[in-house]
Amino acid sequence: MTDAPLSASGAGIGRSGKVALAFRGTMRTALPILAVVAALVALWYAACLPMNAQQSTLLAERAGVSVTPATAAERRDRSGLALAFANPGVAVEHAFAQERPRLPAPHQVAAELWDSVVDKRVTSRRSLVFHAGITLAPTLLGFAIGSLLGIALAVGIVHSRVMDLSVMPWAIASQTIPILAIAPMIIVVLNSVGIQGLLPKSIISAYLSFFPVTVGMVKGLRAPGSADLDLMRTWNASRLRTFLSLRLPTSLPYLFASLKIAIAAALVGAIIGELPTGAVRGLGARLLAGSYYGQTIQIWSALFGAAIVAAMLVATIALIERITLRRMGLAR
Amino acid sequence: MDTVVEATGLDLTFRTADGPVHALRDVGLSVAPGEFVSFIGPSGCGKTTFLRCVAALETPTGGTLTVNGMTPDEARRARAYGYVFQAAGLYPWRTIERNITLPLEIMGFPRAERRERAAKALDLVELSGFAGKHPWQLSGGMQQRASIARALAFDADLLLMDEPFGALDEIVRDRLNEELLRLWDRTAKTILFVTHSIPEAVYLSTKIVVMSPRPGRITDVIDSPLPRDRPLDIRDTPEFLAVAHRVREGLRDGVEAA
Repeated sequence: MTDAPLSASGAGIGRSGKVALAFRGTMRTALPILAVVAALVALWYAACLPMNAQQSTLLAERAGVSVTPATAAERRDRSGLALAFANPGVAVEHAFAQERPRLPAPHQVAAELWDSVVDKRVTSRRSLVFHAGITLAPTLLGFAIGSLLGIALAVGIVHSRVMDLSVMPWAIASQTIPILAIAPMIIVVLNSVGIQGLLPKSIISAYLSFFPVTVGMVKGLRAPGSADLDLMRTWNASRLRTFLSLRLPTSLPYLFASLKIAIAAALVGAIIGELPTGAVRGLGARLLAGSYYGQTIQIWSALFGAAIVAAMLVATIALIERITLRRMGLAR
Repeated sequence: MDTVVEATGLDLTFRTADGPVHALRDVGLSVAPGEFVSFIGPSGCGKTTFLRCVAALETPTGGTLTVNGMTPDEARRARAYGYVFQAAGLYPWRTIERNITLPLEIMGFPRAERRERAAKALDLVELSGFAGKHPWQLSGGMQQRASIARALAFDADLLLMDEPFGALDEIVRDRLNEELLRLWDRTAKTILFVTHSIPEAVYLSTKIVVMSPRPGRITDVIDSPLPRDRPLDIRDTPEFLAVAHRVREGLRDGVEAA
């Protein structure tokens, strides 16, 4: 019933009918995503009302509008939700355009993101792209170190019984230590031996990213069945040969799955690595400076900036995965 | 050297959590060059285990076993045999041709010879047009033919086949049986063939070894009176049915005795 006019109009316009169909196809997959995003944004706007109610009533009072309760001292004891309900008009009027809101509205964050990504020159200290670039360098270096270390550990674990029994418990234990606790120590210890700059941050990234690679790679290298290994044995293949021709190719899909987790973890590591040093450049520094000066809009836009960078990094790995697996004939 | 495989008093006991399992007991067998020997019996009778002993994938716990006059492990290192498993076991990331050249790469054949041998092996199993395809582009029967080509490519005189057609349907299996006989005739290889199908064993073999379980042992060895040249409809002749009958009797006796 609801479908009929749509398909009829699509069929009626001939060549553009195909476009319409393709559009409908895209919409079918995009619609659920958009619906979830819309719901989240609506929830976010709604949350701004009570979160910012204290400030809203203050602003209204200064503008000469009467609010309940009348004095700021009384209002301080009320919850944001109670204030918003007591002064609905004021709460809605002032919630979404404050300079330092407790919770910035989505459009404020979007405007700040646009301003600091698009409008500022990339070399400017106020450009988020500049800060993202500063954080990206240790992320990528740490990811490379962590992945190589993770692969090396996995190879050792699969081929040496001693390593199998000894390394895994330590690897798991290393991940139970809060990174926030160990990051300053890494920075301080390395600084005392004269290592500064990119490397300490990279090591924190590597610390977070080696673990998923080790776990995934051990699983992948052990994926060949006993029949596959027997076949190699009938050809009298060496361990190196078996590794290169059988274990390594079999492990690749596992490796890529872990690399996606690892690169996102590496970014988190690089951001955390910026916090204890009081860094002035980088996404972590943006978060830190924002919280010093109560610049919530800046904090939120830096958070979103980090999320966007993480998404792009994961998407890059996914692209390399697709190309590699397709070239290998593993994906169709 | 007049025997390819020679086993006397072969024993193999697996130690398991539930106690020892006698996979093979007192197995004696001698296979001459050019023979096609089938091993038939219910599961657990040790037919696959015996084949794995010949391939040095298992180590017997008693008795003697020689392959081409050597110990099985020496024979394995000398690449004396090609092994075909029930699953084709082709690597999905390699084309059919590169799957077949893989053992050749491992054995150190030069590149040109690898390609030449792969082409010859593919021709033997009638897959010439499929060298550049990936395994998933082939049917199950074609994949198994490719795995046979892989076992043939390095010219081992002995071919060990462990239920190679067990997962295929009857029609495909008939075709491949016919092709296998032709291939055996042309290449003069010695073939040890594990199966649980009586018609398959009788149709293919010059010698049928009937085995029974608990403990795994040989209950009968039948030298087939059928001629070397066997069209598919030989399976309706009285001679064929007589052999099949004797195999069935042997299987029944083995089960009753156990």
